Amino acid sequence: MHPALQGLITIFLGVGGCLAYFSLSNLLLDTVICPARGPNAGRNINRANMIRPWLFLFPAVFVLTLYLAYPVYETLRLSLTERMPGGGSQWVGFSNYAQMAAEPKFWEAMRNNILWLIVVPAASTAFGLLAAQLTDRIKWGNIAKSIIFMPMAISFVGAAVIWKLVYDARPLEQGQIGILNAIYLGLGGTDPQAWLTTPFWNNFFLMAVLIWIQTGFAMVILSAALRGIPEETIEAAIVDGASPLQIFFKIKVPQIMSTIVVVWTTITIVVLKVFDIVFAMTNGQWETQVLANYMYDKLFRANDWGVGSASAMIIMLLVTPILVWNVHNARKEMR
Amino acid sequence: MDNIAGKKSSLTWVVNISAAALVILWLIPTLGLFISSFRTADQISSSGWWNAMFPTEQTVQLRTAPPSDQKQEGDLWVIEGELFDQPTTISSWGSSSRAVSAYAPGETADLRGGEQLTVTENGAYRFTSPEEMSGSRGQRVFVTTTVPPQFTLENYNQILINPQSDEGMAKAFFNTLTVTIPATIIPILVAAFAAYALAWMDFPGRALLIAAIVGLLVVPLQLALIPLLKLHNDIGIGKGYVGVWLAHTAFGMPLAIYLLRNYMAGLPRDIIENARVDGATEFQIFVKIILPLSFPALASFAIFQFLWTWNDLLVALVFLIDATGETTVMTRQIVELLGTRGGNWEILATSAFISITVPLIVFFSMQRYLVRGLLAGSVK
Repeated sequence: MHPALQGLITIFLGVGGCLAYFSLSNLLLDTVICPARGPNAGRNINRANMIRPWLFLFPAVFVLTLYLAYPVYETLRLSLTERMPGGGSQWVGFSNYAQMAAEPKFWEAMRNNILWLIVVPAASTAFGLLAAQLTDRIKWGNIAKSIIFMPMAISFVGAAVIWKLVYDARPLEQGQIGILNAIYLGLGGTDPQAWLTTPFWNNFFLMAVLIWIQTGFAMVILSAALRGIPEETIEAAIVDGASPLQIFFKIKVPQIMSTIVVVWTTITIVVLKVFDIVFAMTNGQWETQVLANYMYDKLFRANDWGVGSASAMIIMLLVTPILVWNVHNARKEMR
Repeated sequence: MDNIAGKKSSLTWVVNISAAALVILWLIPTLGLFISSFRTADQISSSGWWNAMFPTEQTVQLRTAPPSDQKQEGDLWVIEGELFDQPTTISSWGSSSRAVSAYAPGETADLRGGEQLTVTENGAYRFTSPEEMSGSRGQRVFVTTTVPPQFTLENYNQILINPQSDEGMAKAFFNTLTVTIPATIIPILVAAFAAYALAWMDFPGRALLIAAIVGLLVVPLQLALIPLLKLHNDIGIGKGYVGVWLAHTAFGMPLAIYLLRNYMAGLPRDIIENARVDGATEFQIFVKIILPLSFPALASFAIFQFLWTWNDLLVALVFLIDATGETTVMTRQIVELLGTRGGNWEILATSAFISITVPLIVFFSMQRYLVRGLLAGSVK
């Protein structure tokens, strides 16, 4: 069957199936299981109201359990076992973790991930704050916002191609086609630099791609927060003779601190999962490995599910503090 | 606000200029790719894309007609002709690669053995020799010409339309669409019902479920790869569209429920309670009142999910693309091209631009909903 046709049928089945499930199950509940008539009408209505939420929730909860909750458990199990030749698996305790910890590539990925975790959220938030503050005060602010926000729509792979062109390096005799080298030579550099293959510093050139993408996100959210600051506080500061910089750092930033934290953590999570950029631009060569790409290498190139799952658990472990913090906040808010 | 202090004018300039610098910095990378996709391979490799707007000087190596065309004029053997097919103006020329612009148009160069070469401004040449010339190839001539800026749609034609193209982008484009559309539509409905229950129905365990969904929002999908691939293989789906649709539906679910619940919880209580009093069933309330009122939230989730599934690489690599590569998507195809055609920027730039055009159109036409969704999703 042609995939497009299959897609159309899937949309039809998916949407139709959902609607059918919801309407039929409700109908069944109201007319057959707990009819709101007869001697037990009152009790039946109460019962129906107890059951109904679960009818509404069932498909979503089912999918979430199967596709997100169960894999967490299963990955943990896989990380503690080893596949045996000919199927089946054997409990090996923490030896996958030990094997992973003995690999220099893993520690390289850890080091780079920590660098990413420090640099990208900080730089994106700072640029986002700067962009929000600047664009809120100019007439063409909306156009400027759109342009800075635009990379959000571009795939990591597309961004990788875009930036590979920026970083392109050619021998000195030929004209440069990468704008970074052209600028570098224009500013008095002597040799074109191979930005992506110079160990250690190349990590920062990969990070620039993600910063470029995430700044728009930070800007949009921080700009909304900045607009929510009560004007009296700023007016009072102006009357008291505060300089624009003082107003920004001492009046505005403290008032939007909670939003800055949200932006920071959201970008942190994106960083932890970053895969496509490294996969497409260097594939972890030249000391640019990161955890997500290391895991992909282990799972699908080396076919080592044990170590691959162990590295996935490391990513999970790094996400956990944010997860707990988010849940904590959400619960606090609902009370 | 700041003009109260009376220093508006100087500050406004600084702000405008800094904002402009930031915008240019953010725009340049994309612009480079965009312009490159309209240039030929020669143009891309001979000059930076930022030169594409200006006329460029180009030096090319040409040859005169071969000795077989020579004619005898008195005691000279002569070859005459035109270097170019179309009208061209040359600024200088030369006869050896060490001095490619040694002569001005119209000058005559003395070569070995009494041979003389004259090239005029429009590329007409006259090559003379006291003896009969031999060999199969003509005399080399290096000419420097000024080429006006030129743009072409040939790359797009080559990659999207030409049936002989081996980049597979046209196929990948349709595969991407096939992945994206069901994966965007199906989760909306499933999530909307769940969100309604979580927002407006009271039942034990509700708070716990909401907390669980907030937690699942950040669970890295990397953890799901192997367990789900195993599951798909066990239940016979294997690698294919069904698997990738299911995976995208599930991975988008926490955000969908979270966004929609937050939005629905903010709808006015009166409307819903009036409807309940009037005897509407919960199902009717949901379909006739909640769903239409929640359109902005539905739209913002749809955009997120669309962008995410369209731009995704990892989920497609794991759940969709099998060894035959028939079901490849655009992101995967571009990574492939980066490996095999790393230097062919005309192909890379065009392919990448094709893949980012659709998200950009969606982005610019529905930016309002996207921003609203972002704000609902993260500002607390």
